[in-house]
Amino acid sequence: MSIGWYLAVSAIVFAIGAGGVLVRRNPVVILLCLELMLNAANLALIGFSRMWGNGDGQVFALVVIVVAACEVTVGLGLIVAIHRRRLPIDVDELRELQG
Amino acid sequence: MSTFVFFVAAIGAITGAIGVIALKNPYYSVLALVGHMISLAALFLLLRAEFLAASQVIIYAGAVIVLYVFVVSYVGDSAPTFGQEPSRLAALGAFACGAALVVELFIAVLGSGLQAISHDGAPYHAGFGTPGAIGTLLLTRFLAPFEIASYLLLVAAIGAVTLARRRRGLDEGIEERTPALEIGDVFLPRPASTGTMAEAGGSRGMSEP
Amino acid sequence: MSATAAAWIVLAAPLAGTIINGALFRRLPGRSAGWIGTGAVAVSFIFALITLAKIQSVAPGARELTSTLWTIAGTTGVDARATILVDPLSVLMICVVAGVSTLIHLYSVSYLAGDRGYSRFFAYLNFFVFSMLLLVLAGNFLLLIVGWAFVGAASYMLISFWYRRTTATSAGIKAFVINVLGDVGLVLGTFFIFKHTGTFDLLASFHRAPHVFTSGSGDVTAGCLLLLVGAFAKSAQIPLHTWLPDAMEGPTPVSALIHAATMVTAGVYLIARMHPLFQLAPAAGDVGAVVGCLTLLIAGTIGLAATDLKRVIAYSTMSQIGYMIMGVSIGAYTAGLFHLMTHAFFKALLFMAAGSLISAMGGVQSLDRMSGFRRALPFTFACFIVGGLALSGVPPFSGYFSKDSILLFAAGRGGWHWALWAAGYVGALLTALYTFRMIFRAFLGEPCAEALELIETGHLHHPEAPTNPANGEIEDTDVGFPGPDHAVAERAIPMRAAMGILALLSIVGGIVAIPHVTSWLDRFLAPTFADSTLVGNASNGVLALGLILGAVVSIGGIAAAYYIWVARPQLAGQLRERFAPLATLFENKWYFDELIDTLVVRPGAWFGRFSQNTFERVFVNGLLVGGSTGLVRASSALVRATQSGILRVYAALMLLGAAAVALYFLLQS
Repeated sequence: MSIGWYLAVSAIVFAIGAGGVLVRRNPVVILLCLELMLNAANLALIGFSRMWGNGDGQVFALVVIVVAACEVTVGLGLIVAIHRRRLPIDVDELRELQG
Repeated sequence: MSTFVFFVAAIGAITGAIGVIALKNPYYSVLALVGHMISLAALFLLLRAEFLAASQVIIYAGAVIVLYVFVVSYVGDSAPTFGQEPSRLAALGAFACGAALVVELFIAVLGSGLQAISHDGAPYHAGFGTPGAIGTLLLTRFLAPFEIASYLLLVAAIGAVTLARRRRGLDEGIEERTPALEIGDVFLPRPASTGTMAEAGGSRGMSEP
Repeated sequence: MSATAAAWIVLAAPLAGTIINGALFRRLPGRSAGWIGTGAVAVSFIFALITLAKIQSVAPGARELTSTLWTIAGTTGVDARATILVDPLSVLMICVVAGVSTLIHLYSVSYLAGDRGYSRFFAYLNFFVFSMLLLVLAGNFLLLIVGWAFVGAASYMLISFWYRRTTATSAGIKAFVINVLGDVGLVLGTFFIFKHTGTFDLLASFHRAPHVFTSGSGDVTAGCLLLLVGAFAKSAQIPLHTWLPDAMEGPTPVSALIHAATMVTAGVYLIARMHPLFQLAPAAGDVGAVVGCLTLLIAGTIGLAATDLKRVIAYSTMSQIGYMIMGVSIGAYTAGLFHLMTHAFFKALLFMAAGSLISAMGGVQSLDRMSGFRRALPFTFACFIVGGLALSGVPPFSGYFSKDSILLFAAGRGGWHWALWAAGYVGALLTALYTFRMIFRAFLGEPCAEALELIETGHLHHPEAPTNPANGEIEDTDVGFPGPDHAVAERAIPMRAAMGILALLSIVGGIVAIPHVTSWLDRFLAPTFADSTLVGNASNGVLALGLILGAVVSIGGIAAAYYIWVARPQLAGQLRERFAPLATLFENKWYFDELIDTLVVRPGAWFGRFSQNTFERVFVNGLLVGGSTGLVRASSALVRATQSGILRVYAALMLLGAAAVALYFLLQS
C-alpha cells in the first residue's frame, strides 16, 4: 500500500477526533477524542518516516506519546479535582473563565 | 496479504474512532479507544515501526487507558448530571466540521505531490524501526528532546499530585471522624496530617504526632 | 525719534499701566493705583503731542506714515501684520483720546477713592484707553477689528464694574450683546471690501478701491452698509442705541470717558477713516446721514422727558453723535471731527460735574429730588453752566462753531440735504431746552434737603443704608458695590483741576476751526481728506444765516427753558397734560426697548428653549449620542459573546482558525 493510504486513514481519524471534541460534553470523553487526534498525527509521522527511510519521524512519534501521557495525567487530575469539589462534570457548565 | 491486513486494521481504527465519539457510556468509549489503539499498532507494524508499535501497545493502550479507566470509575458515576446528549443540530454541525476537515486534509495530502506518496516508501534497510535504531537516535541526534521529555514527565507527575490532593479548603466538607471505639486512643483513625496520607491530605505537615 | 516710534509709545504706555495695576492690584497702597494709571495715560498724551509735532515736520504730501512691528500671518492672499497708520486723522484722535483720558483719570483718582475695587478700576480704564488708541492707530482692518472688540470688552467690564448690582450686570450684558452685533457687521463689511481689494492694509485698500469697485456697485455698498451697522452699534444710533442709557449704571468717570468722549465716537472715526469707500457707495452715505438725523431728533425728544440726571446727559450724547454721524456721512469730515473734539471736552465736563452733584446727593440720581444746589456747589454749578452753554451751541463757546460747520456743509451740498440742515437746528433747540431744563431744575429753586445739609452743616449727605439708585435695593459698600466715600469737586483738588481744564477747553476750543476765519483744523486734516470728492461750499450768505440762526436758536432755547421750569413752574405740568400722548411717547423712550424685546429677545429665547428641549434632547442626546453608544454596546456585546467560557466553542474556533490557515497555505502552493 502506498503511503497515501495511511495518510488518508490518519486524516479520517483526525477529523473524527476533532468532531468528537466539538460534540461531547463529558470532559473525559473530550480527552479521549484528543487522544484520537494525537494518534492520527502519530500515524502520519510514522508514515512519513517510512517514506523517507530515516527514523526521525518515529522518534517524534515517541515524544508525542510521552507528551500525550503527561497531558492525560494532568487532565485527569483536573477532572478528579473538579469531582472532589462537587462541580458538575460537564464542560458547558464549567465556564467561569468567561469574559 | 499486507493489503488485507491494512484494510482490516484501517477499518478497525476508524470504527474505534467512531465508537469513541458516538457511544454514550464513557466506559464503552474507553474500550473503543483500546480497539483503535491496537489497530493503530498493527498499522505501525505494517510501516515497519516495530518499536513504536510495541510502545504504543505498552504505554498507550496499557498505562494511559488504565488511567482513563480509573478516572471514569471514580467520576463516571455522576452520569445523570450529563444532561442532554448532543442535539441533532450540534451533531450535524460537528459532522459538517469533520467532513470539511477531512476534505481539506485530503486535498492537502493527495492534491500535493501525488508521486511523492504513491510509492511504498524508501527501500528498506535492516535495522529500520528497531529499538536499537531508535535508541541511537534518541541518544545522539535527539538527546535534547529526550531529556526535555523526561523533565516534562516529572513536572506532569508533580502537577497531577498537586492538582488532585485534598485541601483543607473553606468549602470542603470534611467528614467528622467518629471513633470506632473509645479505648484510649487506640482505634481512632489517625488524623489526616500524619502518616502516608500526609502528602495527599492536609496541608499542615508534621505538626501533630 | 520718529513720529511712528512716538506712536508706538503712545500705545505701549496705557498697556503698561494696565499690566502694572492688574498684576499688583492687591499690594498697591492707597491711591497709588490711581496715580500709576493717570501717569501712564499722561505719558501717552505727551507722546501723542510729540507725534503731532513730528508729523507736522514732514512734508504735507507725505504725512501718511505706517510702521509695522511684526507679521502676524503672511500667506498667499492674506497679509496680517501689526501695522499702525500715523496720519493727521489718527494723530488728532490720539491727542483727543489721550488728553481727555488723562483728565478723566485725574478726576477718578479722588472720585473713586474708598471703593474696594480701586486698582481694578484703573487697570480696566487703562486697558480701555489702550484699546481705543489701538483702534484709532490701526493700519489695517485686522487691528481695527481687534481694537474695536477690545473696546467693547472694556466697556462691558467697566459698565458692570459694581458687579454685585444686578442692574449693572444686566446693563453690561445688554451693551456687550448689541456691540457684538456691530462687530459682526464690521467683520462682514471688511470681508466684502477684502473680497475685491485683496488686502487688509488700509492705505492699500483705499488706493485699490476706485480700481476694483465701480461706484454704487453691490459689494461696496453692502460692505459700507455693514460697516455702518458696526458704527451704529458702537455709537448708539437708532436702532442699536438702547444700550447707552442703561450703560449709565457704570461709575460716572466711565460714562464720561467711554460713553461720551471716546468709545461712542469710534463709529464716527470709522466712517471718516473709510471715506474713500463711502464715496464709492453714496447710498451708504445717505443711510448714515438719515440715521444720524433721526437719532439726533429722537434722542433730543427723549432727553426732554428723562428724569435721571445721567440719562439726560446720555441722550444728549446720543443726539450729538447723531450730528457727527450725519456730518461724516455727507462728507463733512473736518466738521464732524471738529464736533467730536469739542463734544469730548464739554460732554466729559458735564459728566464730571454730574458726578460731583450725585455725590452731594448721596448717590441719588433722580432729577425730581434735586433742586437749589447753586449755593451749595458753586464750582460744580459753574462747570455745568459752561458745559451747558457749549453743548447748546451758544457763541462763542466751542460747541457753537462745531455744530454750525456741520450744518453749513449740509447746506453747501444742497438738494435734499437742506432737510438735514433744518433738522439740525430743530435739534439745537431741543438740545438747549433739555440741557437747561436739567441745569435749572438741579441748581435753581429752593434747596432740597441734601443741599441744605451741605450749606448749613458742611457735611455731605450720606444715606442711612446705601441703595441702588435704579431700583432702590439696599446694598452695602463692600467690594462689588460703590464705596462709602463721596467726593465733590469743591473738596477734591484732582477733580477741580480736571474739570477746570475741560471748562477752559470748552470755552476756547472752537478757535481751531471758526468757519471762514481760522482753518487750522482744516489744514491739519487736509492730507487725510485730500481725496474727498464731496464738497459743501456754502455761500457767505448761508454762512451768515446759519450763524445767526444758531445763536438765536440756542439762546432762545435757554430762555424758553428758564420760562417753563423756573419762571412759571406749573407750566411744565400743564404742557405735559396738553401733549399727553407725545409726553408718554418720550417718557417711554419711543418704545424701542419693547420693540426689540418683541422682535428679537422673545424669538431668541423661544429658539433656545426649542433647541434644548427638542433638538438637543431628542436628536443629539437620543439619536446621536444614544445611537452611537448603543452601536458600540451592541458590537461589544457581540464580541463579548465569543468569550463565553464554553470550552467547545473555543475548541471549534481554534479548529476553524487552524483549518483556515492551512487552507490559505494550500491555496498558495
